[in-house]
Amino acid sequence: MADRDENERLGAAPVNRRGLLKCMAWAGSGVLWTVSGGVPRSLGLLGEAAAAEPQASGFTFLQISDSHVGFDKPANPNALGTFQEAIAKINAMPTPPAFIIHTGDITHLSKDKEFDDADQAMKALKQKIYVIPGEHDVADADNGKTYLDRYGKGTKGKGWYSFDYGGAHFIALINVFNFEPGFKSAGLAKLGDDQLEWMEKDVKGLSASTPIIVLAHLPLWTVYQEWGWGTEDAPRALGYLKRFGSVTVLNGHIHQVQQKVEGNVSFHTARSTAFPQPAPGSAPAPGPMKVPAEQLHSMLGVRTVNYVRGKSPLAVVETPLGA
Amino acid sequence: MMPKAAILFGAAGAALAFVAAGPRAPSAGAANSAAVQIDNFHYSPPMLVVSPGTTVTWKNDDDSPHSVREKDGKFKSSALDTDDTFSETFTAPGEYEYFCSIHPYMTGKVIVKTAGS
Repeated sequence: MADRDENERLGAAPVNRRGLLKCMAWAGSGVLWTVSGGVPRSLGLLGEAAAAEPQASGFTFLQISDSHVGFDKPANPNALGTFQEAIAKINAMPTPPAFIIHTGDITHLSKDKEFDDADQAMKALKQKIYVIPGEHDVADADNGKTYLDRYGKGTKGKGWYSFDYGGAHFIALINVFNFEPGFKSAGLAKLGDDQLEWMEKDVKGLSASTPIIVLAHLPLWTVYQEWGWGTEDAPRALGYLKRFGSVTVLNGHIHQVQQKVEGNVSFHTARSTAFPQPAPGSAPAPGPMKVPAEQLHSMLGVRTVNYVRGKSPLAVVETPLGA
Repeated sequence: MMPKAAILFGAAGAALAFVAAGPRAPSAGAANSAAVQIDNFHYSPPMLVVSPGTTVTWKNDDDSPHSVREKDGKFKSSALDTDDTFSETFTAPGEYEYFCSIHPYMTGKVIVKTAGS
């Protein structure tokens, strides 16, 4: 099969358009990850030598997630406040990222007031912000109308879209509208046929050396089935990306960092800007995890991704808000 | 128009509670009510048997928001925050499976049938 030949060829020779995702020089204690040849490797803590690396040609972008604006329970009595704090940190970066992505759960209860507050906070950003919804953003009785009225303009189907930046192709997928209720199954998320068909066409004309970055709220791999932390039809989506040399999947939803590499695909979940959640299976249920107030900021965070053309490693950097 | 989270909150809460059959007309103040508590990512009781005309009220006692959505959309709540409630009056006998649209692995069932049938 042509795809396989293409993959083998890519695997045998250095792929000259792999992205380098490396750390930013703006905060203290995130872990720097580089993925080289498909193997993730920690380069040490943010703030050490790597932070001083010069920015080569290319660009950085930044991911925030799971802000849950409106949440005011003991796990974080002021989720709007920590969201604003994250935005202030972004604005204070010495090398501003090219753009920001928000991988869903902007609000806690899909209420207008929550979206208003979140919008107001995001207005402080100097860059464009690309958003996708989490299940908390489409929990209104009208199945996401509130979200789509605000953010659906110019998108396809129920809010999905793609864009190109600096030679990389970004695909923003929505997996919070087609849940399979857990009567006889695990209750995982689904992308749905319409979106998958759109995605297949979306990537068709792209060269296999185009770096692909996929955004989705729920993980596109099954992190923990018992809590529904996975996407049932993700394998089909990833199938369309098999021929590409570099695929990076950025998710939110689980409020903690989990990573996995499979072939040419590296998967990452991000911290929340609002509250942490327990590690898979470490608690009876995946509810907000209450930690001592002084620890909270170390468990929230933002993620920077630096993409440099012509270098091979890929790295994603997590930075706690408290750093 | 879907019923919004209601203020009324029924008192009956036992598992598999049978509620006395009442007149079909949904008369105001009828005693036909039953409750489902949502706590720790579970509906309790997960299966509720009621007679036609019963109003079932779900109350979220959890830190996390949850919702109540019948699998075919026959009834659905918006996201219920802690202490929010949602009520639905069941007139037609049958089995109603529902789930939480925010945590779809959470499921529950209401069986509506005439007592003794």
